[in-house]
Amino acid sequence: MSEIADKVKKIVVEHLGVDESKVTPDASFIDDLGADSLDTVELVMAFEEAFSVEIPEDAAEKITTVKDAIDYIEKQKAA
Amino acid sequence: MFRLDGKVALVTGASGGIGREIVRALHAQGATVVLSGTRQAVLEEVAASIGAEGGADRLHVCPADLSDATAADALVAAAEETAGAPLAILVNNAGLTRDTLAIRMKDEDWSRVLDVDLAAPFRLCRAALKGMLRRRAGRIINIASVVGVTGNAGQANYAAAKAGMIGMGKSLAQEAGSRGVTVNTLAPGFIQTAMTDVLPEAQKEKLVGSIPLGRMGQPGDIAPAVVYLASDEAGWVTGATLHVNGGMAMV
Ligand SMILES: NC(=O)c1ccc[n+]([C@@H]2O[C@H](COP(=O)([O-])OP(=O)(O)OC[C@H]3O[C@@H](n4cnc5c(N)ncnc54)[C@H](OP(=O)(O)O)[C@@H]3O)[C@@H](O)[C@H]2O)c1
Repeated sequence: MSEIADKVKKIVVEHLGVDESKVTPDASFIDDLGADSLDTVELVMAFEEAFSVEIPEDAAEKITTVKDAIDYIEKQKAA
Repeated sequence: MFRLDGKVALVTGASGGIGREIVRALHAQGATVVLSGTRQAVLEEVAASIGAEGGADRLHVCPADLSDATAADALVAAAEETAGAPLAILVNNAGLTRDTLAIRMKDEDWSRVLDVDLAAPFRLCRAALKGMLRRRAGRIINIASVVGVTGNAGQANYAAAKAGMIGMGKSLAQEAGSRGVTVNTLAPGFIQTAMTDVLPEAQKEKLVGSIPLGRMGQPGDIAPAVVYLASDEAGWVTGATLHVNGGMAMV
Protein backbone atom coordinates (compact mmCIF):
# COMPACT_ATOMS: atom_id res chain seq x y z
CA MET A 1 0.00 0.00 0.00
CA SER A 2 1.21 3.52 -0.78
CA GLU A 3 2.64 5.83 1.81
CA ILE A 4 -0.23 8.22 1.16
CA ALA A 5 -2.82 5.53 1.81
CA ASP A 6 -1.12 4.61 5.06
CA LYS A 7 -1.06 8.19 6.25
CA VAL A 8 -4.71 8.79 5.27
CA LYS A 9 -5.75 5.72 7.25
CA LYS A 10 -3.80 6.86 10.26
CA ILE A 11 -5.45 10.27 10.18
CA VAL A 12 -8.91 8.71 9.90
CA VAL A 13 -8.24 6.35 12.81
CA GLU A 14 -6.97 9.20 14.95
CA HIS A 15 -9.72 11.66 14.11
CA LEU A 16 -12.71 9.37 14.28
CA GLY A 17 -11.39 7.10 17.02
CA VAL A 18 -12.35 3.99 15.03
CA ASP A 19 -10.62 0.62 14.85
CA GLU A 20 -8.02 0.40 12.10
CA SER A 21 -9.60 -2.75 10.68
CA LYS A 22 -12.76 -0.77 9.86
CA VAL A 23 -10.89 1.77 7.75
CA THR A 24 -11.15 -0.14 4.46
CA PRO A 25 -10.90 1.67 1.10
CA ASP A 26 -14.65 1.53 0.56
CA ALA A 27 -15.57 2.65 4.05
CA SER A 28 -17.76 5.75 3.98
CA PHE A 29 -16.85 8.29 6.64
CA ILE A 30 -20.45 9.01 7.49
CA ASP A 31 -22.23 5.69 6.83
CA ASP A 32 -19.57 3.26 8.04
CA LEU A 33 -17.28 5.16 10.36
CA GLY A 34 -19.80 7.21 12.31
CA ALA A 35 -18.60 10.64 11.22
CA ASP A 36 -20.90 13.66 11.16
CA SER A 37 -20.57 16.59 8.77
CA LEU A 38 -18.27 18.48 11.12
CA ASP A 39 -15.98 15.42 11.34
CA THR A 40 -15.70 15.30 7.55
CA VAL A 41 -14.70 18.96 7.44
CA GLU A 42 -12.13 18.37 10.17
CA LEU A 43 -10.82 15.35 8.27
CA VAL A 44 -10.38 17.33 5.06
CA MET A 45 -8.53 20.03 7.00
CA ALA A 46 -6.31 17.37 8.57
CA PHE A 47 -5.53 15.96 5.11
CA GLU A 48 -4.71 19.44 3.83
CA GLU A 49 -2.30 19.99 6.68
CA ALA A 50 -0.68 16.56 6.58
CA PHE A 51 -0.12 16.53 2.83
CA SER A 52 0.31 20.28 2.23
CA VAL A 53 -2.42 20.28 -0.39
CA GLU A 54 -5.42 22.50 -0.84
CA ILE A 55 -8.76 20.74 -1.17
CA PRO A 56 -11.37 23.18 -2.49
CA GLU A 57 -14.94 23.00 -1.21
CA ASP A 58 -16.39 21.32 -4.31
CA ALA A 59 -13.70 18.62 -4.27
CA ALA A 60 -14.09 18.13 -0.52
CA GLU A 61 -17.80 17.42 -0.97
CA LYS A 62 -16.97 14.48 -3.22
CA ILE A 63 -14.59 12.89 -0.74
CA THR A 64 -16.93 10.54 1.09
CA THR A 65 -14.87 7.35 1.42
CA VAL A 66 -11.33 6.48 2.43
CA LYS A 67 -10.51 5.63 -1.19
CA ASP A 68 -11.87 9.00 -2.40
CA ALA A 69 -9.43 10.74 -0.09
CA ILE A 70 -6.45 8.61 -1.10
CA ASP A 71 -7.21 9.02 -4.82
CA TYR A 72 -7.62 12.77 -4.56
CA ILE A 73 -4.41 13.29 -2.64
CA GLU A 74 -2.42 10.92 -4.89
CA LYS A 75 -3.62 12.83 -7.92
CA GLN A 76 -2.66 16.18 -6.37
CA LYS A 77 0.74 14.88 -5.39
CA ALA A 78 1.40 13.43 -8.85
CA ALA A 79 0.46 16.68 -10.57
CA MET B 1 -20.91 27.41 41.44
CA PHE B 2 -19.33 29.17 38.47
CA ARG B 3 -15.75 28.18 39.36
CA LEU B 4 -13.27 28.30 36.49
CA ASP B 5 -10.22 26.69 38.10
CA GLY B 6 -7.70 25.28 35.65
CA LYS B 7 -9.26 27.01 32.65
CA VAL B 8 -7.41 29.36 30.33
CA ALA B 9 -9.31 32.43 29.14
CA LEU B 10 -8.31 35.00 26.52
CA VAL B 11 -9.87 38.44 26.97
CA THR B 12 -9.38 41.02 24.22
CA GLY B 13 -9.77 44.68 25.07
CA ALA B 14 -8.40 43.89 28.54
CA SER B 15 -6.87 47.38 28.76
CA GLY B 16 -10.36 48.92 28.52
CA GLY B 17 -13.00 49.68 31.11
CA ILE B 18 -15.18 46.61 30.65
CA GLY B 19 -12.34 44.26 29.69
CA ARG B 20 -10.35 44.76 32.88
CA GLU B 21 -13.40 43.95 35.03
CA ILE B 22 -13.98 40.81 32.95
CA VAL B 23 -10.36 39.80 33.60
CA ARG B 24 -10.75 40.47 37.31
CA ALA B 25 -13.94 38.40 37.55
CA LEU B 26 -12.67 35.40 35.55
CA HIS B 27 -9.43 35.44 37.53
CA ALA B 28 -11.32 35.57 40.82
CA GLN B 29 -13.15 32.40 39.78
CA GLY B 30 -9.81 30.64 39.40
CA ALA B 31 -9.17 30.99 35.67
CA THR B 32 -5.79 31.68 34.13
CA VAL B 33 -6.32 34.81 32.05
CA VAL B 34 -4.43 36.13 29.03
CA LEU B 35 -4.94 39.88 28.61
CA SER B 36 -4.82 41.38 25.12
CA GLY B 37 -5.03 44.90 23.75
CA THR B 38 -2.71 47.24 21.87
CA ARG B 39 -1.32 49.16 24.87
CA GLN B 40 1.16 46.76 26.44
CA ALA B 41 2.04 49.05 29.35
CA VAL B 42 -1.62 49.39 30.35
CA LEU B 43 -2.14 45.62 30.07
CA GLU B 44 0.86 45.07 32.36
CA GLU B 45 -0.57 47.60 34.82
CA VAL B 46 -3.98 45.91 34.86
CA ALA B 47 -2.36 42.50 35.35
CA ALA B 48 -0.15 43.83 38.14
CA SER B 49 -3.04 45.47 39.99
CA ILE B 50 -5.24 42.37 39.78
CA GLY B 51 -2.31 40.07 40.58
CA ALA B 52 -1.42 42.12 43.66
CA GLU B 53 -4.40 40.54 45.41
CA GLY B 54 -2.98 37.06 44.68
CA GLY B 55 -2.74 34.61 41.80
CA ALA B 56 -0.33 36.76 39.78
CA ASP B 57 1.02 33.61 38.14
CA ARG B 58 -2.39 33.11 36.49
CA LEU B 59 -2.20 36.41 34.58
CA HIS B 60 -0.41 36.82 31.26
CA VAL B 61 -0.14 39.67 28.78
CA CYS B 62 -0.25 39.11 25.05
CA PRO B 63 -0.61 42.34 23.01
CA ALA B 64 -2.05 42.41 19.49
CA ASP B 65 -3.42 45.03 17.14
CA LEU B 66 -6.70 43.52 15.94
CA SER B 67 -6.97 45.87 12.96
CA ASP B 68 -4.14 43.74 11.54
CA ALA B 69 -5.59 40.49 10.13
CA THR B 70 -2.34 38.58 10.55
CA ALA B 71 -2.03 39.62 14.19
CA ALA B 72 -5.66 38.64 14.82
CA ASP B 73 -5.12 35.23 13.21
CA ALA B 74 -2.06 34.61 15.38
CA LEU B 75 -3.46 35.72 18.75
CA VAL B 76 -5.12 32.48 19.91
CA ALA B 77 -1.96 30.44 19.31
CA ALA B 78 0.15 33.11 20.99
CA ALA B 79 -2.16 33.16 24.03
CA GLU B 80 -2.04 29.37 24.34
CA GLU B 81 1.73 29.45 24.09
CA THR B 82 1.97 32.15 26.77
CA ALA B 83 -0.42 30.38 29.13
CA GLY B 84 1.08 26.98 28.37
CA ALA B 85 -2.31 25.33 27.92
CA PRO B 86 -5.16 25.24 25.40
CA LEU B 87 -7.85 27.88 25.45
CA ALA B 88 -11.08 27.03 27.26
CA ILE B 89 -12.71 30.48 27.16
CA LEU B 90 -12.54 33.22 24.52
CA VAL B 91 -14.00 36.65 25.30
CA ASN B 92 -14.14 38.93 22.26
CA ASN B 93 -14.44 42.25 24.06
CA ALA B 94 -12.13 44.61 22.13
CA GLY B 95 -14.08 47.21 20.21
CA LEU B 96 -14.04 50.77 19.03
CA THR B 97 -16.43 53.40 17.72
CA ARG B 98 -16.13 55.99 14.95
CA ASP B 99 -19.44 57.81 15.39
CA THR B 100 -20.86 60.11 12.78
CA LEU B 101 -24.06 60.40 10.75
CA ALA B 102 -24.06 58.12 7.72
CA ILE B 103 -24.04 60.95 5.19
CA ARG B 104 -20.75 62.12 6.66
CA MET B 105 -19.28 58.68 7.28
CA LYS B 106 -15.98 58.01 5.52
CA ASP B 107 -15.13 54.62 4.05
CA GLU B 108 -12.32 54.41 6.57
CA ASP B 109 -14.75 54.98 9.51
CA TRP B 110 -16.84 52.12 8.21
CA SER B 111 -14.05 49.67 7.46
CA ARG B 112 -12.04 50.26 10.62
CA VAL B 113 -15.03 49.57 12.85
CA LEU B 114 -16.07 46.51 10.82
CA ASP B 115 -12.47 45.21 10.86
CA VAL B 116 -11.87 45.51 14.60
CA ASP B 117 -15.41 44.90 15.88
CA LEU B 118 -16.51 42.10 13.54
CA ALA B 119 -13.76 40.65 11.32
CA ALA B 120 -11.26 40.29 14.17
CA PRO B 121 -13.74 38.51 16.46
CA PHE B 122 -14.50 36.13 13.59
CA ARG B 123 -10.79 35.44 13.13
CA LEU B 124 -10.41 34.73 16.84
CA CYS B 125 -13.51 32.50 16.91
CA ARG B 126 -12.24 30.56 13.91
CA ALA B 127 -8.83 29.99 15.46
CA ALA B 128 -10.26 29.08 18.87
CA LEU B 129 -12.95 26.77 17.51
CA LYS B 130 -10.47 24.49 15.75
CA GLY B 131 -9.02 23.37 19.07
CA MET B 132 -12.25 23.59 21.07
CA LEU B 133 -14.12 21.31 18.65
CA ARG B 134 -11.34 18.76 18.85
CA ARG B 135 -11.26 18.92 22.65
CA ARG B 136 -15.05 18.83 22.82
CA ALA B 137 -15.12 21.75 25.22
CA GLY B 138 -15.07 25.49 25.06
CA ARG B 139 -16.88 28.73 25.72
CA ILE B 140 -16.97 31.72 23.40
CA ILE B 141 -18.49 34.97 24.62
CA ASN B 142 -18.76 37.87 22.20
CA ILE B 143 -19.39 41.34 23.61
CA ALA B 144 -21.83 43.09 21.26
CA SER B 145 -24.02 46.03 22.24
CA VAL B 146 -27.66 46.94 22.73
CA VAL B 147 -27.36 49.13 19.63
CA GLY B 148 -26.70 46.03 17.52
CA VAL B 149 -30.35 45.23 18.19
CA THR B 150 -31.94 48.69 18.41
CA GLY B 151 -29.74 50.68 16.04
CA ASN B 152 -28.53 54.16 16.95
CA ALA B 153 -28.25 57.39 14.99
CA GLY B 154 -24.59 58.12 14.34
CA GLN B 155 -23.51 54.50 14.73
CA ALA B 156 -24.38 52.80 11.42
CA ASN B 157 -20.92 51.21 11.30
CA TYR B 158 -20.85 50.14 14.94
CA ALA B 159 -24.45 48.89 15.00
CA ALA B 160 -23.80 46.89 11.81
CA ALA B 161 -20.72 45.29 13.34
CA LYS B 162 -22.50 44.43 16.60
CA ALA B 163 -25.60 43.08 14.82
CA GLY B 164 -23.23 41.07 12.64
CA MET B 165 -21.64 39.66 15.75
CA ILE B 166 -25.02 38.42 16.96
CA GLY B 167 -25.76 36.63 13.66
CA MET B 168 -22.24 35.23 13.53
CA GLY B 169 -22.56 33.91 17.07
CA LYS B 170 -25.86 32.15 16.34
CA SER B 171 -24.30 30.47 13.30
CA LEU B 172 -21.19 29.38 15.17
CA ALA B 173 -23.37 28.09 18.01
CA GLN B 174 -25.13 25.80 15.53
CA GLU B 175 -21.83 24.62 14.04
CA ALA B 176 -20.22 23.90 17.41
CA GLY B 177 -23.18 22.57 19.38
CA SER B 178 -22.60 18.89 18.66
CA ARG B 179 -19.19 19.19 20.32
CA GLY B 180 -20.43 20.79 23.52
CA VAL B 181 -18.86 24.13 22.64
CA THR B 182 -21.11 27.12 23.35
CA VAL B 183 -21.11 30.51 21.65
CA ASN B 184 -23.07 33.33 23.23
CA THR B 185 -23.39 37.07 22.87
CA LEU B 186 -23.52 39.58 25.69
CA ALA B 187 -25.11 42.89 24.76
CA PRO B 188 -24.30 45.65 27.27
CA GLY B 189 -26.32 48.83 27.46
CA PHE B 190 -24.62 52.15 28.24
CA ILE B 191 -21.65 51.51 30.50
CA GLN B 192 -19.42 54.12 32.08
CA THR B 193 -16.02 53.69 30.35
CA ALA B 194 -13.66 55.62 28.09
CA MET B 195 -15.97 54.75 25.20
CA THR B 196 -18.92 56.66 26.68
CA ASP B 197 -16.93 59.34 28.57
CA VAL B 198 -16.68 61.22 25.27
CA LEU B 199 -20.47 61.65 24.99
CA PRO B 200 -21.83 65.12 25.75
CA GLU B 201 -23.31 65.53 29.25
CA ALA B 202 -26.77 66.37 27.87
CA GLN B 203 -26.85 63.21 25.81
CA LYS B 204 -25.81 61.12 28.81
CA GLU B 205 -28.62 62.63 30.90
CA LYS B 206 -31.11 61.81 28.19
CA LEU B 207 -29.79 58.27 28.00
CA VAL B 208 -30.08 57.74 31.74
CA GLY B 209 -33.66 59.00 31.47
CA SER B 210 -34.43 56.09 29.16
CA ILE B 211 -33.02 53.48 31.57
CA PRO B 212 -35.68 52.08 33.95
CA LEU B 213 -33.03 51.25 36.55
CA GLY B 214 -32.14 54.94 36.50
CA ARG B 215 -28.37 54.92 36.09
CA MET B 216 -25.61 54.13 33.64
CA GLY B 217 -24.09 50.69 34.01
CA GLN B 218 -20.66 50.01 35.46
CA PRO B 219 -18.13 47.49 34.09
CA GLY B 220 -18.87 45.49 37.24
CA ASP B 221 -22.44 45.04 35.99
CA ILE B 222 -21.15 43.22 32.89
CA ALA B 223 -18.33 41.01 34.20
CA PRO B 224 -20.51 38.61 36.27
CA ALA B 225 -22.60 37.84 33.20
CA VAL B 226 -19.41 36.83 31.37
CA VAL B 227 -18.48 34.55 34.28
CA TYR B 228 -21.88 32.89 34.04
CA LEU B 229 -21.64 32.28 30.29
CA ALA B 230 -18.08 30.95 30.72
CA SER B 231 -19.05 28.51 33.47
CA ASP B 232 -19.84 24.80 33.28
CA GLU B 233 -23.24 25.68 34.74
CA ALA B 234 -24.14 27.52 31.49
CA GLY B 235 -23.57 24.34 29.48
CA TRP B 236 -27.09 24.35 28.05
CA VAL B 237 -27.03 27.99 26.94
CA THR B 238 -25.87 28.66 23.39
CA GLY B 239 -26.67 31.06 20.56
CA ALA B 240 -28.23 33.34 23.14
CA THR B 241 -27.95 37.10 23.44
CA LEU B 242 -27.86 38.16 27.07
CA HIS B 243 -28.93 41.78 27.45
CA VAL B 244 -27.47 43.61 30.42
CA ASN B 245 -28.75 47.15 29.99
CA GLY B 246 -30.67 48.35 33.05
CA GLY B 247 -33.91 47.76 31.18
CA MET B 248 -33.13 50.29 28.43
CA ALA B 249 -34.27 47.86 25.74
CA MET B 250 -36.39 44.88 26.72
CA VAL B 251 -35.72 42.49 23.86
N1 LIG C 1 -19.11 51.34 27.12
C1 LIG C 1 -20.29 51.05 26.65
O1 LIG C 1 -21.27 51.75 26.88
C2 LIG C 1 -20.50 49.82 25.81
C3 LIG C 1 -21.81 49.48 25.48
C4 LIG C 1 -22.04 48.35 24.73
C5 LIG C 1 -20.99 47.59 24.30
N2 LIG C 1 -19.71 47.93 24.60
C6 LIG C 1 -18.63 47.09 24.10
O2 LIG C 1 -17.84 46.63 25.15
C7 LIG C 1 -16.50 46.40 24.71
C8 LIG C 1 -15.51 47.09 25.64
O3 LIG C 1 -15.75 48.47 25.59
P1 LIG C 1 -15.28 49.51 26.72
O4 LIG C 1 -16.47 50.31 27.05
O5 LIG C 1 -14.56 48.82 27.79
O6 LIG C 1 -14.33 50.45 25.85
P2 LIG C 1 -12.84 50.97 26.10
O7 LIG C 1 -12.63 51.28 27.52
O8 LIG C 1 -12.67 52.03 25.09
O9 LIG C 1 -11.96 49.70 25.71
C9 LIG C 1 -11.84 49.25 24.40
C10 LIG C 1 -10.85 48.13 24.36
O10 LIG C 1 -10.74 47.66 23.00
C11 LIG C 1 -9.37 47.57 22.67
N3 LIG C 1 -9.12 47.88 21.25
C12 LIG C 1 -9.57 48.93 20.53
N4 LIG C 1 -9.04 48.90 19.30
C13 LIG C 1 -8.24 47.81 19.24
C14 LIG C 1 -7.41 47.24 18.24
N5 LIG C 1 -7.27 47.79 17.02
N6 LIG C 1 -6.71 46.11 18.54
C15 LIG C 1 -6.83 45.54 19.75
N7 LIG C 1 -7.61 46.02 20.73
C16 LIG C 1 -8.29 47.15 20.49
C17 LIG C 1 -8.69 48.62 23.51
O11 LIG C 1 -7.34 48.25 23.66
P3 LIG C 1 -6.15 49.37 23.65
O12 LIG C 1 -6.70 50.55 24.35
O13 LIG C 1 -5.04 48.69 24.36
O14 LIG C 1 -5.88 49.61 22.21
C18 LIG C 1 -9.47 48.56 24.80
O15 LIG C 1 -8.92 47.58 25.65
C19 LIG C 1 -16.45 46.91 23.28
O16 LIG C 1 -16.60 45.82 22.37
C20 LIG C 1 -17.67 47.81 23.19
O17 LIG C 1 -18.16 47.91 21.88
C21 LIG C 1 -19.45 49.05 25.36
